[in-house]
Amino acid sequence: MSTNSTTEIQVHRTVSVPLPPERAFDLFTARMSEFWPSEHSIGESALAEVVVEPSDGGRWFERGVDGAECDWGRVAEWAPPGRLVLLWQIGADWRFDPELETEVEVTFTEESPGRTRLDLRHRHLERMGDKAEVMRGVFDSPGGWAGTLANLVDLVG
Amino acid sequence: MSTSAATVLDALGDGHRRSIMEHLAEGPLAVGVLADRLPISRPAVSQHLRVLKEAELVVESAAGTRRFYRVNPAGLAAVREYFDRFWSTTLDNFAALAETESTRSTS
Repeated sequence: MSTNSTTEIQVHRTVSVPLPPERAFDLFTARMSEFWPSEHSIGESALAEVVVEPSDGGRWFERGVDGAECDWGRVAEWAPPGRLVLLWQIGADWRFDPELETEVEVTFTEESPGRTRLDLRHRHLERMGDKAEVMRGVFDSPGGWAGTLANLVDLVG
Repeated sequence: MSTSAATVLDALGDGHRRSIMEHLAEGPLAVGVLADRLPISRPAVSQHLRVLKEAELVVESAAGTRRFYRVNPAGLAAVREYFDRFWSTTLDNFAALAETESTRSTS
């Protein structure tokens, strides 16, 4: 598949947190379950845990409350405390697709002692377009992703 | 997801349409030139261009009797905005957790 820049869809978000980079990296990778929008899971049972294996080539997967594991992708680059690259291989139909590679790069930069800026870039979202028909159904349903995100903002706030 | 974001992903969910986008990325082209460069008929190219135009991924202009097509970079904005919101929420959740952690460690 082409990686032509004109059709590349990328998002970039940043957030600043009151932790040193080491702890921010650790929190982001070891406790993803605690900040991941829990409705955004692909297993048959509810989301119990999100696991990022701490090494290059490690797995990125969810574990349901029934114990079943579903792959989300893998670790392309494990470089604590400054940089993490995950491959998100969940297609628009919310199934793991080994052929699909979208890239989530997260960098952790010390802004001042005890404060870290995260930069998250999710690249090649256009590759999900292969299954856009299914995706449309997921997103447009009232219980779909967009609806649950609105609820989560309330919960967190 | 907004309808326009889904429309954009639908439009890009076809290999020939992605090829058209790649050819147009090099500059504006007429339908006939695109058809010469792609392994599909001219009517098929026109059909794909219509879908891309509806998704606002390409824009059309006329020069004399010929019609040219070029990429509209703003067309991808809807999809980008959707994922932008998703990551914004996730990182806000993360920041809230980090705040709690930092309070815990200093108290």
